[in-house]
Amino acid sequence: MCATCGCGIGQTLIGGHALQRPRQHGGKMRFRAPEPDVQVPGAHVADVSTSRIVKLEQDLLAKNNGYADANRRYLSAHGIFALNLVSSPGSGKTTLLVKTIEALNGAQPLAVIEGDQQTENDAVRIRAAGAPAIQINTGKGCHLDAQMVGQAMQQLGLQDDSLLLIENVGNLVCPASFDLGEAHKVVILSVTEGEDKPLKYPDMFRAADLMLLNKCDLLPHLTFDADLAIEYSHRINPKLQVIRISATSGEGMQEWLEWIKGGCCNAVAAKSEASLG
Amino acid sequence: MNFPFGPSIRRAARGTQDERKTLAANGIGASHMHEMSLAESMLQIIQDAARIEKFKRVKTVWLEIGQLACVEKESMRFCFDAAMRGSIAEQARLEVIETAGRGQCVKCSLEIPIAALYEACPSCGSYEIRVTGGDEMRIKELEVE
Repeated sequence: MCATCGCGIGQTLIGGHALQRPRQHGGKMRFRAPEPDVQVPGAHVADVSTSRIVKLEQDLLAKNNGYADANRRYLSAHGIFALNLVSSPGSGKTTLLVKTIEALNGAQPLAVIEGDQQTENDAVRIRAAGAPAIQINTGKGCHLDAQMVGQAMQQLGLQDDSLLLIENVGNLVCPASFDLGEAHKVVILSVTEGEDKPLKYPDMFRAADLMLLNKCDLLPHLTFDADLAIEYSHRINPKLQVIRISATSGEGMQEWLEWIKGGCCNAVAAKSEASLG
Repeated sequence: MNFPFGPSIRRAARGTQDERKTLAANGIGASHMHEMSLAESMLQIIQDAARIEKFKRVKTVWLEIGQLACVEKESMRFCFDAAMRGSIAEQARLEVIETAGRGQCVKCSLEIPIAALYEACPSCGSYEIRVTGGDEMRIKELEVE
């Protein structure tokens, strides 16, 4: 947990329940989250004096990545297309989600995991739009991690062949490093921010596969140069797809919905292929 | 008192009032971002290794941090001390090994050192640079007894 932006393990709540971290010596977990297979590779003794060297070569994110792999295996085995939506606070993620849910209007089974430091507000908004949602409150934490998401997935009870939208904590820094097991990270940049945000926060734009340039209905009132913002984002990540969108006016929504549908179809097809053999 | 931090921070915060003030003065809650998560991952890795390797105390931790990794070295040091408090690595020295960022231009294949992700290829000007090294953050080895 990021304590200093201050992630507190004891503070994390998933749908109002405390996050169950496995205990040091195998304490029982209330919700069975997928267990990663994380070993200490090649640990060996290099010296036999009182002081010795133990070689580890262990990545600090290995544990999270193990949980993320387990989530990914579960999602792909059930044909679920999962997106991790990341942005600064105030980019319009939740409004965009609400409009997306309304547009899909029951035709596409979906569920939402909401990440915020505090309050159930976003989950309440999503439920009002007609989708099942679970709120993860990270306390002081600045990002979701794969273990939290794994437990939230268990509590949500996801449908096969559905769409899972994960709205990460509003933060362009930490969520870049923490894989949740999603198919894609989708970064949302709103035109009320600076064009150079991709240069200022390159890790997130490098980690994402799709950028939604949001609030495009406001462009006539602003000096924001949309082409420049896209050029900067392509400097960081030449393969980044971009959709200009406005949750308010509906511009770009069709393209975004098609993109989601394409992903859902691929996830279902991949599941069928895997089950055939 | 209910401290809104992870276990290691709470452990540290249980200490003296001065220690608590130090935590507050150093801006825990504001500036270290995810380094505390990473420090807590380090503690977990060390504890797992201690069970396998059966050591009782950690004297030195060698941590490799790439120039392109999303980690601040000084923040990492601060969080390391807080996270290791009360553990077998409480007195451990943290040795940070910095590795340089390296990349290869996708267009012209030139291998170049890179200090940031938005740098252009000095030869052809392309921004399509594949990172080939310097984004790691891993515990290399421990000195234990």
